[in-house]
Amino acid sequence: MYPQEYRYSKDHEWILVESGVGRIGITDYAQKQLGDVVFLDLPEVGRTLKAGEQFGTVESVKAVSELYAPVTCEVVQVNAALVEKPETINKDPHGAAWMIEVRVTDPATLEALMDGTAYQAHVDSEAK
Amino acid sequence: MAEKLRTTPLYEVHRESGAKMVPFGGWDMPVEYSGLIAEHMAVRTAAGLFDVSHMGQLEVEGEGALAFLQRVTSNDVAKLVDGQAQYSSLPLPSGCPVDDIIVYRRSERRYLIVVNASNTEKDWTWLLAQRPAACGLHNLSDQYALLALQGPRAEAILQPLTPLPLKEIAFYHFAEGRVLGHEAIVARTGYTGEDGFEIFLPPSVAASVWRRLVEEGRPQGLLPAGLGARDTLRLEAKMMLYGNDMDETTTLIEAGLSWIVSLEEAKGDFNGRQVLAAQKKEGAPRRIVGFETTERGIPRHGYPVLLDGAPASTVTSGTFAPYLQKSIGLCYLPAARAAVGTPLAVDVRGRRVAARVVSTPFYRRPRP
Repeated sequence: MYPQEYRYSKDHEWILVESGVGRIGITDYAQKQLGDVVFLDLPEVGRTLKAGEQFGTVESVKAVSELYAPVTCEVVQVNAALVEKPETINKDPHGAAWMIEVRVTDPATLEALMDGTAYQAHVDSEAK
Repeated sequence: MAEKLRTTPLYEVHRESGAKMVPFGGWDMPVEYSGLIAEHMAVRTAAGLFDVSHMGQLEVEGEGALAFLQRVTSNDVAKLVDGQAQYSSLPLPSGCPVDDIIVYRRSERRYLIVVNASNTEKDWTWLLAQRPAACGLHNLSDQYALLALQGPRAEAILQPLTPLPLKEIAFYHFAEGRVLGHEAIVARTGYTGEDGFEIFLPPSVAASVWRRLVEEGRPQGLLPAGLGARDTLRLEAKMMLYGNDMDETTTLIEAGLSWIVSLEEAKGDFNGRQVLAAQKKEGAPRRIVGFETTERGIPRHGYPVLLDGAPASTVTSGTFAPYLQKSIGLCYLPAARAAVGTPLAVDVRGRRVAARVVSTPFYRRPRP
């Protein structure tokens, strides 16, 4: 379910780092909790974020959820297409629904994240 | 101290179908099944099936039933004939509602009142304290399961299951007969802004009727629908939610419910009449309005509303409207500032989102 090459935060964001650039989104578990997403607010390119800092907001018809940076980073690209079609978050949360691309500026914050197995256990414990 | 949540006779069916369950007014209720937007659209374009068994049912019967109801409700019960229903309320002397209700006249001496789930005990106590000796008052809430089948396909889906001629049941009327062989009351009422029925059933048969309606309806586009879609549907149709859009601090006139306040001679005196008659004549100092945002952002219950940049009110209900594809809401505004077109702003978690007052209902179903 949760790809091993991704890393996950306890706040249900994922990050996939490939050739120095990290893509960040929310997990399948997070989108299921939210329900139908209708609104997405993302930061500007160039913004620097500390791990755990809020970088945006995602809203479903019924709920508002804050987005938190899983790592300390700088935003290098924003998925503008996703802002236009936020329902993609429900359809392809780990793929097309990446939200921002970042340069990780503190690798230790990346090391501290969970792998797929650990995240699955985290989700199972939240769902009781 | 979490009190144990109550469950409806359809609880097992909901669990089986993978519904997302949430606590609502002391009940464990399905908020969505396949997805709020899909369910919302199914009701607008085909049909949706809701479990609203949490709603309360009170029976008023006996010689004094009509006089008692005239005294405690705001609408004119004398206008009802057998088999007719009426949207009404239970006003306080202040003109503010204890609850909003539907009154069903089963016979001259027998009425069924459907009340909001979370108000059932409050309404019961309120009515019991005023009940004259000449009429009986019974809480029948545990004797009925209530299914709401809503949407343009509702009649076609339900008809094969009942010998009642559904075509002949007019809007806000009902018939008593059989559904799948079980005793039922079938009312052409609802809370979605669409055509449809509310079906009162003995709790023991609710699950089998639900399953059969889903089976019958699926090929026609029916989806089981949860409280999430119920809320967005009713708000598009500007149907008021007790506890959000009105309560014991808002008069019926302020709440835009003047049309369920009867000053007819036949009605006579009733709780709140003095205040309501005065406000009906002279106008209320504030009234509820509908607004839509003109910038991106979703207004939600409790968010501050600003007029001329200054806090002036609070969003009572707000949502992204799935059918209308825009953000809408309700709030109370001073009467002098309540005209259609009035600009306002909603404070969406610290961000000011521009909006304007619009005419309501936001959505009106196309009449055939």
